[in-house]
Amino acid sequence: MTRSQGSRVPQGSQTSQSSQEVQDSQNSQDSQNSQGSRDRILARIRAAVAGAPEVPVTRSYRHRVPPPAGGTPGEAVELFAERVADYRAVVHVVESARAAEVISGALARRGARRVVVPGGLPEEWARAVGAHPGGEAVPDDPPLSAAELDALDGVVTGCAAGIAETGTIVLDAGPGQGRRALTLVPDYHLCLVRAGQIVPGVPEAIAALDPLRPLTWISGPSATSDIELDRVEGVHGPRTLEVVILR
Amino acid sequence: MSGVFLGMPAFPENAAAAVQDSQLRFNLRRATRTIRGKRAAVAGELPDWAALRDAGKQIKDHTLRNLDRYLLQLEEAVTRAGGRVHWAADAAEANRIVAGLVEATGETSVVKVKSMATQEIGLNEALAERGITAYETDLAELIVQLGDDWPSHILVPAIHRNRSEIREIFRERMGEWGRPAPEGLTDDPRALAEAARLHLRERFLASEVAISGANFMIAETGTLVVLESEGNGRMCLTLPRTLISVVGIEKLLPTWRDLEVFLQLLPRSSTGERMNPYTSTWTGAAEGQEFHLVLLDNGRTAVLADEVGRQALRCIRCSACLNVCPVYERAGGHAYGSVYPGPIGAILTPQLRRSGTVASRDRLPPSATRDLDASLPYASSLCGACFEVCPVAIDIPEVLVHLRAQAPHPRAERLGMRAAGWVFDRPVRLARAQRLGGRLRRFLPRRLPGPLSAWTDTRDIPDIPAESFRDWWGRTGGGTR
Amino acid sequence: MRVALFITCVNDTLFPGTGRAVVTLLRRLGCEVAFPEAQTCCGQMHLNTGYPQEATRLARHFTDVFAGYDAVVTPSGSCAAMVREQYPRLARAAPGPSFADAVAETAPKVHDLPEFLVDVLGVTDVGASFPHRVAYHPTCHSLRGLRLGDRPARLLGGVRGLELVPLPGAEECCGFGGTFAVKNPAVSAAMCADKVHNVMATGAEVLCAADNSCLMHIGGTLRRQRAGVRVMHLAEILAATEDDPGTGRGAKAGTGSGTGAGTGAAR
Repeated sequence: MTRSQGSRVPQGSQTSQSSQEVQDSQNSQDSQNSQGSRDRILARIRAAVAGAPEVPVTRSYRHRVPPPAGGTPGEAVELFAERVADYRAVVHVVESARAAEVISGALARRGARRVVVPGGLPEEWARAVGAHPGGEAVPDDPPLSAAELDALDGVVTGCAAGIAETGTIVLDAGPGQGRRALTLVPDYHLCLVRAGQIVPGVPEAIAALDPLRPLTWISGPSATSDIELDRVEGVHGPRTLEVVILR
Repeated sequence: MSGVFLGMPAFPENAAAAVQDSQLRFNLRRATRTIRGKRAAVAGELPDWAALRDAGKQIKDHTLRNLDRYLLQLEEAVTRAGGRVHWAADAAEANRIVAGLVEATGETSVVKVKSMATQEIGLNEALAERGITAYETDLAELIVQLGDDWPSHILVPAIHRNRSEIREIFRERMGEWGRPAPEGLTDDPRALAEAARLHLRERFLASEVAISGANFMIAETGTLVVLESEGNGRMCLTLPRTLISVVGIEKLLPTWRDLEVFLQLLPRSSTGERMNPYTSTWTGAAEGQEFHLVLLDNGRTAVLADEVGRQALRCIRCSACLNVCPVYERAGGHAYGSVYPGPIGAILTPQLRRSGTVASRDRLPPSATRDLDASLPYASSLCGACFEVCPVAIDIPEVLVHLRAQAPHPRAERLGMRAAGWVFDRPVRLARAQRLGGRLRRFLPRRLPGPLSAWTDTRDIPDIPAESFRDWWGRTGGGTR
Repeated sequence: MRVALFITCVNDTLFPGTGRAVVTLLRRLGCEVAFPEAQTCCGQMHLNTGYPQEATRLARHFTDVFAGYDAVVTPSGSCAAMVREQYPRLARAAPGPSFADAVAETAPKVHDLPEFLVDVLGVTDVGASFPHRVAYHPTCHSLRGLRLGDRPARLLGGVRGLELVPLPGAEECCGFGGTFAVKNPAVSAAMCADKVHNVMATGAEVLCAADNSCLMHIGGTLRRQRAGVRVMHLAEILAATEDDPGTGRGAKAGTGSGTGAGTGAAR
């Protein structure tokens, strides 16, 4: 259907006008059409649903997820760790005092030398990033280009929330997390989650998050099931996700 | 909808050809059965699945009932957050708007996140006509694009291809589109995914314009939501300077809170995971990007006007219905002649195209998809497996039966149904017909003529008894004499 | 209890043995069975093929014929589902309240046989004997429409001597689907081929279901392939006893051929 309708697009006029003029006139024409279409679509909707009864919404699903997903914080941490590991991410559960030690150990094991640190990462964690031999903490200030990010060995961040039932980490580009590209382009992401940030289920996470911030929900490393619906970890996002849960 | 399927024959012919393709049958069977089991496990894991399903259905119905109000609220919120909202009544208008926006950036190529809506409107072809190249970045879409192929599944568009076919496509075609496949590429899915990563990496890092769809739009906040697995979505949504999202008007949810329902229903129904690897949400112009939202009608308001058919607009494109459908498993996605295959496609395609009905035959000029669309509501044995797994409880069999009533019927069938109705109107006529059948039973051929030969090609017909039940009852007083 | 038998047009015409088995079984369980002779067809074929007007006419006839009984029993899951699920929809689309009232009165009293036995009569051991290896195909309308769950299996579990073998992929459609079988013959046959393959894998002597339409389809394929597995309606197995192993078709039944869709082994 599109092909026959698409041929009505005015294209031939470009020879007599500069392409910029064509573009401008077309854009203003589109915004007028769009206004007309807006009214037309709204009118069609109103005609289509006129007289239809209102539909109430009942929410009888779990708002506060009970055990095993809920329960005491200890259980939530345990479930979170287990579910993150299910996605074949590397998971550590440690006392918060050991954060720096775990960060430098992980980076050394990985052989990650130049690692980007977002603004607002706790001082102690940022120092740990450059602590192993050859290690260097690279700040995103001034902002690194995509190509520069691509040349780095990894990224270390905190997060905004963790969801136990689904094993999900949520980043909201806040302090210690950086803009979205930071946790996307480098091939290795080390993420620290404080036990107090872990909520039992999706409803609690939605309630805790600010929709006006750009959010990235991460559940395991990048993956695809596009070949014979067989799950393969690692396509375009970080192929290795390492999660440190701080008790 | 998209022109790529123009001129296809009706479903039964397409399906008959597909059934003969043993490689296709094997690929589909393997893939759908894998995902079926995963979906059942993770849906069964939630004790409140039924309550989530009810809420999902109700939220969608409530939104559709108040769609005008919520769209206006969305427009205001997106604009307030620095985005620009465009309204497209049909495919041509949407394509024109998007092409104009891309041209305004001065770019001649775009990267794309997998999007059903842009396939539906044939955006890539429309952009090509204006000299703009659209690069698909989802692995399966890449396989389809490189292979000059058609998508055959909502979630996994290349489900009809197995690993060795994919390896051949990569080896032969990647070079024409960009970085060629690595030397000595094997058919290990890991190696194939790595080849796609390398092929697209530079493209992501250099692209200035991206085009996406969205899984959800939140009216209250103006937030858009994209669920994905590979990270190609994040690349497209994050790195380019300009982001254009083309979204069907039915993708709306009233409040941010409503996501708590759909972020549980969709991943579990779709990929059979507790959560998909990546979900991105953004509101307006995020992190200094230029953001355009194109709201697409393209037949949706017509669907909304049908009291029974409108439930198809609840669809969240999870594809669970495809994965359990015995007809889809054997016929494959291409047989449905639309970017929306399977059970949901069988009810969505004829409604969106507004063709395949008796009424449209009089109203519209003959369309190349008319016969195909008329056959789609019959592409089901009404087994009900699709309804059972649908996370928003779309009663697909109900809509199929509803659409069948509107479809044009073959003359012979019409006469046959009328005759059967006449016989069933009076028990005495039925009794006479049964006795006639009983007398002629010895003359019944093993192979029946005409349309009924479709039965006897593979099955025997039952022996016709000498005496019907009602005659036995009458003769024996219900077995008491 | 005064029970009306809704035999269905297919059973009436092609499978009278099933009807006789239902009568035998219900009487054995103490029911008084009536056969309203004005009954014809529920209209399922018309509705599902796209002829709702004819279906509505037949539905009106059905509600006239079956008004006033304590219960209506039918040996067809899909016909019971038609009355219970589709009649209210037809009534909503039809003008005037009288048909809607009739549907509201009659439809809830219509039961598929296994449902009637387990839920209404409250029995799972019906005193049957059938010393054979049996696989059960649950049929789509019983499984997903009427949600009969394990009721048929419990009934078969109560049959003396019967060995119930699990059928792989039991919940999958056999590919009959009414006119689907002739409108999409290639897919229908492919679905049935897989069903038959699964039946053969069980090593069962008998494939049982509570709907002769599906059995006609599967049995017709089995017979074409000379597979040596016969098909039987659930009612015929439940009606069979040690004294009357002839599957309850009854000594007085004359020349009935039972489910003629079965293999030669059935006769």
